[in-house]
Amino acid sequence: MSSYSTSEFKSGLKIMMDGDPYTILENEAVKPGKGQAFNRIKIRNLKTGKVLDRNLKSGDTVEAADISELDVQYLYGDGQFWHFMNPENYEQLAADATAMGDSKNWLKGEELCKIMLWDGKPLAVTAPIFAILKVTETDPGARGDTVTGGSKPAKLETGATVKVPLFINEGDLIKVDTRSAEYIARAK
Amino acid sequence: MNDWQPTASLDNLRLRAELLTKLRVFFAARNILEVDTPALSRAGATDRHIQSFRVEDDRRGHLYLHTSPEFPMKRLLAAGSGDIYQLCKVFRSGEAGRLHNPEFTMLEWYRVGFDHHQLMAEVAVLIGGLIPELGPPEFLTYREAFQMHAGFDVATSGSKECIAALNRAGRRVPAEDQLDHDGWLDMVAGDLVYPALGKGRLTFIYNYPASQAALARVWPGETPVAERFEAFVDGVELVNGFHELADAAEQRRRFETDGTYRKQHGLMDVPMDERLLSALGHGLPDCAGVALGFDRLVMVAAAARSLEEVIAFPADRA
Repeated sequence: MSSYSTSEFKSGLKIMMDGDPYTILENEAVKPGKGQAFNRIKIRNLKTGKVLDRNLKSGDTVEAADISELDVQYLYGDGQFWHFMNPENYEQLAADATAMGDSKNWLKGEELCKIMLWDGKPLAVTAPIFAILKVTETDPGARGDTVTGGSKPAKLETGATVKVPLFINEGDLIKVDTRSAEYIARAK
Repeated sequence: MNDWQPTASLDNLRLRAELLTKLRVFFAARNILEVDTPALSRAGATDRHIQSFRVEDDRRGHLYLHTSPEFPMKRLLAAGSGDIYQLCKVFRSGEAGRLHNPEFTMLEWYRVGFDHHQLMAEVAVLIGGLIPELGPPEFLTYREAFQMHAGFDVATSGSKECIAALNRAGRRVPAEDQLDHDGWLDMVAGDLVYPALGKGRLTFIYNYPASQAALARVWPGETPVAERFEAFVDGVELVNGFHELADAAEQRRRFETDGTYRKQHGLMDVPMDERLLSALGHGLPDCAGVALGFDRLVMVAAAARSLEEVIAFPADRA
């Protein structure tokens, strides 16, 4: 098993901490002229996304996290797992709801996603930045009301709900930014 | 590749030269003698947190690049030199980063008949003269600084209070047994206390825990304290000074304790300086001494964020 010494720390390094994989966001070595040196790191838990500050004694080693990333194609969801395929070798992978996070809101089939693997198992799935999806349910827009800039909730074919402008109707296709879950434009 | 170029601006290099000149004028005006002691020697620093570079000499075997000119300067003091100062390159293995370079310029001076309070006052005059933008200096005991910035009293607490203070600041830390009490105090100091010091002025911390005396005298009392001080500007440690230990037997005991620690922790075995011990045995005049990181002083004067802005060629470009 590989490990890193605190002297090798830099941002982006993937390490194990208390049994979870983390990525290092910031690292500062604090070395008093006389006295114990330590490293102050800001790390993000790759499972939960939680960010925390941690101090380590300089010279300590931590286990490396076995993290890799793959481009995969979304196939289907069975209610419990979301299934993907690696287009290079047709190998299939299944991600659970935790790994899917909000990405599950934007997938209907065939999208190319990024999947982060920890010890070969899916840890996090990232949907394409933009998704074009059909509105399946929304209140009828007030006619002519394009000026006030109001918005209303709309349910999409994937089951997700986003805020849309009042002029959007059921059956319309809209473009959504999957990072912020925000409506971008009406799509053709 | 553009890495032949200096990382420091030419303006900062000019400021560096100007500060060097002013330092020499300051010491000349006070009749403090400039001296020059060896960078390479048979003995080295045993300090557990400072690592020496060891080099090979065909005739003399292992030699050590000095991490500070302190030992030979004390030999000069014992020989009757009177007040002395030195500006020199020192070398510390494994130190690199925003505030560290493995070789750096140190200003070290000794005042015969001074204690650490008198020397702190002189440090304040020197730095205040070089960086006039700084406000009036502040003087805090180690204990006061911890009370103000870490929220606990070092005189009545142990490792647990250190860990609690770090946790209150949102830091996860190693298990308690990973560090000794001084290690925990160092972490609190480096993480919570020191960064808060010296906002727009020079802040001195003095009277360290006796266990962190290094080469300072210990003032016995209900809570013994080391007559040691450091000073900070904008959280950056600039100086470390002592009312110097003159007791040869006590010095030998501290060297031996360091040596044992180094063995236990797999650190390079560095021979203790027997010539320093002989000099102390002969008699070191009552004096106080201080080391100032010159590159950091330039950094503060230039309002720079990192040493590479004031060092022409840091380690990566050396």
